[in-house]
Amino acid sequence: MIDAFALLLTILVLVTAGWIAVARDTRAVVFGFIGYGLLLSLVWVLLSSVDVALTEAAIGGGATGILLLRVAARLKVEPHPAPGRAMRISVGVLCAIVTAALAAIVLTLPDPAPSLAPLTAEHLASTELGNPVTAVLLAYRALDTLLEIFVLLLALIGVWSLGADRYWGGAPAEWNTGMPAPALAFLARILPPFGIVFAAYLFWVGADEPGGKFQASTILAAMWLLVVMAGILPMPQTGGRRIRAALAIGPVVFIAIGFAGIPMAGGFLAYPEGFAKPLIILIEAALAFSIVAALTLLVAGPAEQAPRS
Amino acid sequence: MSLGLNIFTVLMVSAGAFFFLAGTVGLLRFPDPLTRLHALTKADNLGLGLVILGLLPQTVSLLGGLKLVLVWVLVQIGSSAASQLLARLALRRP
Amino acid sequence: MAEFLTAAALFIALMMALGMVRLLRGPGAVDRMMAAQLLGTSGAAICLLISFAVELPALIDVALTLALLAALAAATMSLKAGSAAQGEKPAPQGEKP
Repeated sequence: MIDAFALLLTILVLVTAGWIAVARDTRAVVFGFIGYGLLLSLVWVLLSSVDVALTEAAIGGGATGILLLRVAARLKVEPHPAPGRAMRISVGVLCAIVTAALAAIVLTLPDPAPSLAPLTAEHLASTELGNPVTAVLLAYRALDTLLEIFVLLLALIGVWSLGADRYWGGAPAEWNTGMPAPALAFLARILPPFGIVFAAYLFWVGADEPGGKFQASTILAAMWLLVVMAGILPMPQTGGRRIRAALAIGPVVFIAIGFAGIPMAGGFLAYPEGFAKPLIILIEAALAFSIVAALTLLVAGPAEQAPRS
Repeated sequence: MSLGLNIFTVLMVSAGAFFFLAGTVGLLRFPDPLTRLHALTKADNLGLGLVILGLLPQTVSLLGGLKLVLVWVLVQIGSSAASQLLARLALRRP
Repeated sequence: MAEFLTAAALFIALMMALGMVRLLRGPGAVDRMMAAQLLGTSGAAICLLISFAVELPALIDVALTLALLAALAAATMSLKAGSAAQGEKPAPQGEKP
């Protein structure tokens, strides 16, 4: 029966993807893409990857959806000539080649596929964590997670660079230019407390069950954006001291603990025996601040108002 | 006892699935965005509520049961607000 | 019980698929906006049913996430700055009536 399920989801995903590729109206395509993201989270559920499903649901339904809707609403769409026949055929052939190559790789994988999962599970006890995904992210491959927060900050700087120079440090354009709809004000007052409690729960439970800092941070960022959309809080100033501190604290704490590992445990980002879990939680907490600030500012957009004071 | 609980689950989940069916039939057959919106947010919502009611006897821990009720509360809040917002949009720009 | 729950989830997924196809085609922008709502509610139901069918309690968290964030897309669309009134060309090349 799970197979029938997988088949149904696959067909639905393919149909949605096809529709997104051929639809003309920008806003409709964005909604199709949000739906596609939510469908993908169901696919991850079927593949038993609950951490990824959580992230996909939070980002695809929350952050990316809001971002794309905002962009679609503000695009000044100029009519441009449709690409010619030869161009479309060559793009189609190229896509078909890439698809065939991917399919060949996936279908000819040796069975059972080579994997480091048993090795991961073996050493899990020494990290005092119960969730192997968290162990991989913050113990075995902590360096990748460190680089990931740098990538996030670089993306943020890239978005900021889209604003005019004279607005550097100011706030992004207000999203709501009139009175917010009553239902929106209602949502913005009722949902954030639930969101905060749920995010705290996800953060804490990520050590032993699927969850963790990234999903929690995405939910917090979505709640912050909701409150800003309803006009309860103003758009955050991109140059504000507290927000810049929040952005910096994650990488700074991570690097500090990394360098502290050299004298104490013999390598960059090595954790001393018995201290692994508290250090991991400290890193996760610091990173959570940075990720919340970075995601909110990424979706809010570049500065378009002059900085205050 | 456990047989009674299982029968309750089967009944409630079936009722919930029936309401999902009703919601989808409404989506497919109603003539007008506002009526379709009504079918979507009200019928599907009720279906989810019945499904959750049916799953409550199957939970193994208090936390799981609380989370189920929380899902229902959040969907109520979200879909009632969303139906109002989408209805305003439908009226403003058909 | 597990098979029954999986069958129920499959049924709801089928309903969701039919609804999706209808909404994506639907004339009018509001129909497409409803797709996110449909996926949120149906997806939460499916995740809950599968969670009990395969004994994976973490799926309840996925359902919670879907339930929490389902309304945000509709919320963004309702902002006046996102409407056709500002910065966007009117009907002929954008919306289909």
